[in-house]
Amino acid sequence: MTAIAAGPAPKATGAKDPRAAVASRRVGLHVFLAAVSLLWLAPLLLAVYASLRPYQETAKYGYFSWPHHLSFAYYREAFTQSGMAQHFLNTLLIAVPAVLLTLFFASFVAFCIARVRIRGGFFILILFTAGNLLPPQVMVTPVYELFTRIPLPYWMSDSLTMYDSYWGVIAIHIAFQTGFCVFVMTNFMKALPEELREAAIVDGAGVWTQFWRITLPLCRPALAALATLEFAWIYNDFLWALVLMSSGDKMPVTSALNNLKGQYFQDYNLLAAGSVLVALPTVILFFILQRHFIAGLTLGATKG
Amino acid sequence: MTAGAPAAVAPAAAPEQGRRRPRAGRRRIRRLTTRDRLVITVLLGLPLLFTFVLVWATTLASIGLSFTNWDGIGSAKFIGIDNYKELFTNYPPFATAIWHNLLWLGFLALVATPLGLLFAVLLDRKVRFGRFYQSALYLPVVLSLAVIGFISQLIFARDDGILNTLLGATGQGQHPVDWIGDPHINIWVVLVMAGWRHAGYVMVLYLAGLKGVDPSLKEAAAIDGANARQTFFRVVFPVMRPVNIIVGVITVIEALRAFDIVYAINGGTNGLELLSVLITDNIIGEASRIGFGSAIAVVLLLISVGCIVAYCMTELREEKT
Repeated sequence: MTAIAAGPAPKATGAKDPRAAVASRRVGLHVFLAAVSLLWLAPLLLAVYASLRPYQETAKYGYFSWPHHLSFAYYREAFTQSGMAQHFLNTLLIAVPAVLLTLFFASFVAFCIARVRIRGGFFILILFTAGNLLPPQVMVTPVYELFTRIPLPYWMSDSLTMYDSYWGVIAIHIAFQTGFCVFVMTNFMKALPEELREAAIVDGAGVWTQFWRITLPLCRPALAALATLEFAWIYNDFLWALVLMSSGDKMPVTSALNNLKGQYFQDYNLLAAGSVLVALPTVILFFILQRHFIAGLTLGATKG
Repeated sequence: MTAGAPAAVAPAAAPEQGRRRPRAGRRRIRRLTTRDRLVITVLLGLPLLFTFVLVWATTLASIGLSFTNWDGIGSAKFIGIDNYKELFTNYPPFATAIWHNLLWLGFLALVATPLGLLFAVLLDRKVRFGRFYQSALYLPVVLSLAVIGFISQLIFARDDGILNTLLGATGQGQHPVDWIGDPHINIWVVLVMAGWRHAGYVMVLYLAGLKGVDPSLKEAAAIDGANARQTFFRVVFPVMRPVNIIVGVITVIEALRAFDIVYAINGGTNGLELLSVLITDNIIGEASRIGFGSAIAVVLLLISVGCIVAYCMTELREEKT
C-alpha cells in the first residue's frame, strides 16, 4: 500500500494536490477506526458503568443517564454471595493443566507431522483437525456415560469417578482442543527453517532433543498466541463443566455467573458486576500477553 | 501411531534418488533409534488415544443412540428411524433451529468475516494508534459468550435498556421495541453480538496473514499498474490462502457451535432456538430423551461433516500440489 502511495500515485490523482488527498483520506480513516473502536468497546464500558450504579437509580433514569451514586457495592455482593474466589480457583485448576498439556501434546504431534514426517502424518492431521470441528453437543451423552463408569481413587476425586471431577473436565478439554492447536502448530512448524534441526541431527540429537531443545523454542510466538486463545476458550467454556460436574462448589467461574442469574434474575446491575468480574481475568491476561501476541503475529515466517 | 515406527527422515540426501523414483525411492538417511520410537509412540499415542476415545468413539456412540429410545436409566431399545421420523414430522422447533443455525452461518460469513478482513486491511497500513484500535476490536474475543449474553440484556432490554433510551423510545405513550422478547427480532440482536465478537477474531487472523505476504508481490503489482483494489483482490487475497482456509473453518465452527450466548439470554427459547440448544434440552433436560436428543445431534453432525469433508478436500488438493 505504501509503495503505491509513494510511487505512481501522484500521476493517477492528476490535477489535485496529491498530499492533500492523502491527508484527507488519512483523517477519514482515523475517524472511521475511532468510531468503530468506540462502538466495539461500548458494550463493555456500559456494563462497567451499570455495575457501579444502584438498581433503583438505573431503573428510574435508564442506563444511559448521569450517575447519582457510584460504588463497588455490587462487586462485593457478586464476589461474596456466589463464593467467586472458590470458583476462580476451580477455573485455574482446570484451565492451567488443560492449556499446558494441550500445547505440549499438540506441539509434539505437529512436530511429528511437519518435521519428522512420519508416515500417515497427513491423516493424523486430518483426524485431529476434523475432530475439533465436531460440535461438542454430539459427544455430550456418551462422554457423560463413559465418565460415570471410570473409577478414580479417592485422592484423585472425592466422587470416585471421572464424572464430577476436575480430571474429567481437563481430559475432555485436552481431547477437544488439541485438534485446533495441532492444526496451527503444524502450519507454523512447516514455515520454520530446517537448518538448525538438521545440524542437530548431524550432531546425533534424538527426536526428543530435536523437539524440546531445537524446535519448540522457535515456536514461542505461536505458543504464546495459542496459550492466550486456549486459556480464554477453556476459561469461557461452560457447557462441559455444566454437563460433567454435579457439585456446585467444583464449578468453574463461568457457571458461578449462571448461579448469580438464578438468584437475582431481576437485578441486571448485579449481573453486570458479576460479568465484569468474570471477564476481568481474560482481559488482563490479554493485555499482559499482548506483547507476545503481536510479536507472534509480526514474526510470522521466521527467517534465520 | 504404528506408522510412526518405521518413519523415514528424508530431507537432504533424497533428491538424486527421488528424481528417478519419486514415491518409493526415498532413501532413509537415518533410521530412528529405539528411544526415538518409544518417545514418538508415547507422546503421539497419548493425544491420539484421547482424541479417539473422547471425540471419535463418543461421536459414533451418539449415532448408535439415535436409533434407540433410551431415557438414561432403563435399558435402550432399538426403534429404528422413529426418532428421525418424529424429528421431521412432529417437532416444530427443529425446522426453526436449522434455519437459525444457517442464518448464523450466513451472517458470520457474509457480514462479520468481511468486516474483520476490512479492519485488518485498514490496520495493516501502520496507522497511528493502530495498536489501540487493534486492542479495542479484539477485546470482545476474550470474553465468554455467556458474559456477552448477559451484557446484551443490559443493552437491549425493552423498558430501560441502553439502546431504547438512546432511540428515545422509552417513556409514556411510546412503543419501545422489545429487542430480546420479540421472537422475530431477537435472533438478529444475538447475531449482531456474535458478529461483534467474531469480527475481532477474524481481524487478528488476517493481520497475521497480511504480515506474512511478501511485500515484493505488492510492489510488482504496483509496477504493473494495478491499483490498490486490484492489488488486494488479485494478488494479496489469493496469496493468503492458508489464512482464508483457517478463517472459513472458524466461521463454520462458530456458527454450528453457537450455544452459550442464547443459553445465557433466555435458555434458547422464544425465537432463539438452535440445534445445540435442542440437543442439550433433550439430553440434560427433565425429559431426558437421550435417544431423541442424539438424533438431533446426528443431524448437526451431518451438517458439520459436510463442511469437514469440503475442508478435507481443499487440504488434500493442497497436499497434492
